[in-house]
Amino acid sequence: MLYFFEQTLNGVQLGMLLFLLASGLTLVFGIMDLVNLAHGSLYMLGAYFAATFAALTGSFVAAIVLALAASLVLGMVLEIVAIRPLYGRDHLDHVLGTFGLLLFFNELVRVIWGPAGMTLALPPQMLTAVQIIPGVYYPIYRLVIILATLAVAALLYLVVMRTRLGMLIRAGASNREMVGALGINIKLLYTLVFGLGAALAGFAGVMQAPILTVQIGMGENILILAFVVIIIGGIGSIRGAFVAAIIVGLIDTIGRAFLPDLLHQALSNDAAQTLGPSLSSMSIYMLMAAILVFRPEGLFPAATR
Amino acid sequence: MYAGASRDCSKGDAVATALLEINGLTKRFGGVVAADAITLDIPAGEFHAVIGPNGAGKTTLVGLLAGEILAQGGAIRFDGSDITRLPVYRRSRLGLARSFQITSLFSDFTALDNVALAVQAHRGHSFRFWQDARREQELRKPAQVALERVGLAARAGARVDRLSHGERRQLEIAMALAASPRLLLLDEPMAGMGPEESAHMVEMLRQLKGGVTILLIEHDMETVFALANRITVLVYGRVIACGEPAVIRDDPAVRQAYLGEKQDRGHG
Amino acid sequence: MTASLDPSLEAAPKSLVTVRSAFTAVLLAFLALLPLYVALTGNAFVLTLFTRIVIMAIGAVSLNLIMGYGGMVSFGHAAYLGIGGYAVGILAKEGVDSGFAQWPVAVAASALYAVVVGALSLRTRGVYFIMITLAFAQMIYYVAIGLDRYGGDDGLTIYRRSQFGGLIDLSNKTLFYYLCLVLLIASIYMVSRLINSRFGLTIRGSRSNDRRMRAIGFPTFRYRLVCFVIAGALCGLAGALLANHTNFISPALMHWTRSGDLIVMVVLGGLGSLFGPLIGTVAFLLLEEALSRVTEYANLILGPVLLLVAIYVRGGIEGLLEGRRSGYRAP
Repeated sequence: MLYFFEQTLNGVQLGMLLFLLASGLTLVFGIMDLVNLAHGSLYMLGAYFAATFAALTGSFVAAIVLALAASLVLGMVLEIVAIRPLYGRDHLDHVLGTFGLLLFFNELVRVIWGPAGMTLALPPQMLTAVQIIPGVYYPIYRLVIILATLAVAALLYLVVMRTRLGMLIRAGASNREMVGALGINIKLLYTLVFGLGAALAGFAGVMQAPILTVQIGMGENILILAFVVIIIGGIGSIRGAFVAAIIVGLIDTIGRAFLPDLLHQALSNDAAQTLGPSLSSMSIYMLMAAILVFRPEGLFPAATR
Repeated sequence: MYAGASRDCSKGDAVATALLEINGLTKRFGGVVAADAITLDIPAGEFHAVIGPNGAGKTTLVGLLAGEILAQGGAIRFDGSDITRLPVYRRSRLGLARSFQITSLFSDFTALDNVALAVQAHRGHSFRFWQDARREQELRKPAQVALERVGLAARAGARVDRLSHGERRQLEIAMALAASPRLLLLDEPMAGMGPEESAHMVEMLRQLKGGVTILLIEHDMETVFALANRITVLVYGRVIACGEPAVIRDDPAVRQAYLGEKQDRGHG
Repeated sequence: MTASLDPSLEAAPKSLVTVRSAFTAVLLAFLALLPLYVALTGNAFVLTLFTRIVIMAIGAVSLNLIMGYGGMVSFGHAAYLGIGGYAVGILAKEGVDSGFAQWPVAVAASALYAVVVGALSLRTRGVYFIMITLAFAQMIYYVAIGLDRYGGDDGLTIYRRSQFGGLIDLSNKTLFYYLCLVLLIASIYMVSRLINSRFGLTIRGSRSNDRRMRAIGFPTFRYRLVCFVIAGALCGLAGALLANHTNFISPALMHWTRSGDLIVMVVLGGLGSLFGPLIGTVAFLLLEEALSRVTEYANLILGPVLLLVAIYVRGGIEGLLEGRRSGYRAP
């Protein structure tokens, strides 16, 4: 039972991470109509930045701040240099171009940091476990992730709903030409939005860095999960991304934790052994397939343009 | 401001069953009632026009009839069968052909290819994987005939993106005609046409009249009054008047609806 | 009246010998004569490399069918390479060596998977479709990793190539190469007939304007699904060939970046043209090979090249040969 509770929290934590990635993706897609396969690379670079800055400065907090800033800058520079020419193009061109960027970044990381990967050590205080409810201990750092992401989500909500920039973002999402016609500097808006998306992805990478190994290709697996989140939640919808991210995070984590045991009880040993790992990793795709059958536009489809 | 309920435009106890029977058709988009219990019958062979000021719900009506929009209330019967919930392609197969207000063609194909596709759709048997469909006279001949009917025969081999706007509008009609439809649903066929092209279109519609049942959505009043057997007037999704052109012209509700609006869009 | 009723058929090609067709002819001649070159120079590696190229070209041809002609951008096409390959591998491991059993199973399994994925995905379009096909490919990738009995992550060695009794000995590299080449030419021919048939026009019309297709009476979903299945089945065959070629199959073949490679090959060659996929595959795999010899960090160059291709060379290499600068060629 306690194990279940712990896994649930892990699921929520994964969900938070996926939300960060999915919201960045969905923002960029919603506003600029751009599919960005290199989004996972921004996540990966965020993690590498954090590990590097931590090694350089020796301070965990400084590493986070610097890595975030670096992600934001990188995002904006990338937008200006490589992404701008792709606007208005066929989605296939986006796929092709950003796929090229993905390959490039994986290789670049190999050149700069080597193939081995890095680790980012947590300050000792973060390593302890806290008692949330009697008898249940949970690592404080994972709690920090959940809370920090919730804070970011709230901040994002505030920005999108209450600020001028957010209003431009929402307007741009529903009518791009109009916003341009109103004299708003669309180019700058796009750069900022892309930078924001990059910062969100980088933040996710920074948060995950201490828990996972920072390595090449870490962006790809999580990127596809982020896509699944968007499909389930509905393209263009941040609220949908949030709900779907939690669901996906929970199902994936709990599925991996409990499905093999359930299968062992239900099926023969051999069958469970063969099918177990495969089925548990398939669980979210099954969910996605189910959503596609009954509600192909997603749970919270944003208004179509 | 017309405040009454939607007028019943059915022919009541008409002798024969109408080809198209629309009964209480309703559609809401959020808070806007785009179609408000529209009731209307169109007997076979009639040339029926639907007019109304902007925002009257004409586009919605077309969408409901074609099947792209699903009604929330009411029913549509075509040739006796209920088509209210039928998907678009099924309605087309039954003989309800439509043309688009904003030209919607296969722009990387030739005019003849476009119409031949419409013929092919009607003939079925599209699970043929080997024979060159462009050499099938069974498809090309009727397509050529349809193009001749609308006066586009000379441009049969031209790619759509090389056709003029007027020619594309003609092609729209040809595609609708290609499948020998029972009912032609024409959505503002003269949209964006110059005076010469419009006159040509009117002449073509005149020739079609009587042979095939036509439901015409149009802004151009001259055309409508010249060609239609009966006219329905839509305002804010409601039928406010329906009858022969002379009756409509004198109807006070119609005059009121158009007060302040351009009565005749002229020749575009 | 002797003039043809169909003016569109009278528009004959300007010249039979264009730069593009000359290039294609030379390439085909080169491929046909390759084993001769190998026999003369003793350079066996070239044969291995080009066998792989020819096999991947079959995969590219199948993807071009749905992507170039059908407008369905599938980012999960490498899944069929894997399914076809694993069909051969699993059957081989279980003692079924016969190609007469393995290859039909490879094709059938791929077709079956395509039916399921297609039925679920084809109701969506555009970006959704891309993401969904990507997700399903990833799913099958994980399934393969979980198959401990068949090697899991490490992959599965196939000790004996598919046996065809006395008909053909696949362990003869030259014979195997020619078989692959024949299958490639046959695939291209099949596609050429397909795209001009009634079925093909339906698919191409659907790509051009799906809404209009439905308005004139086509239930477009079923045609697109069948096309999707045909493409999947053909790619499954390529997978069976690939497994034979490398005597090995692993989940890595189905990783989504491999699907990306396939897309690159098709786009590079020129979408929606018959020989484009072959040209693109040759170009991409040769480029990859050349770069890997020059530098350890090939993708530093390849990545930006892809980006530049996406931005500037929309018609692919075929487009360059035609002197086209923008827009995809009309099918």
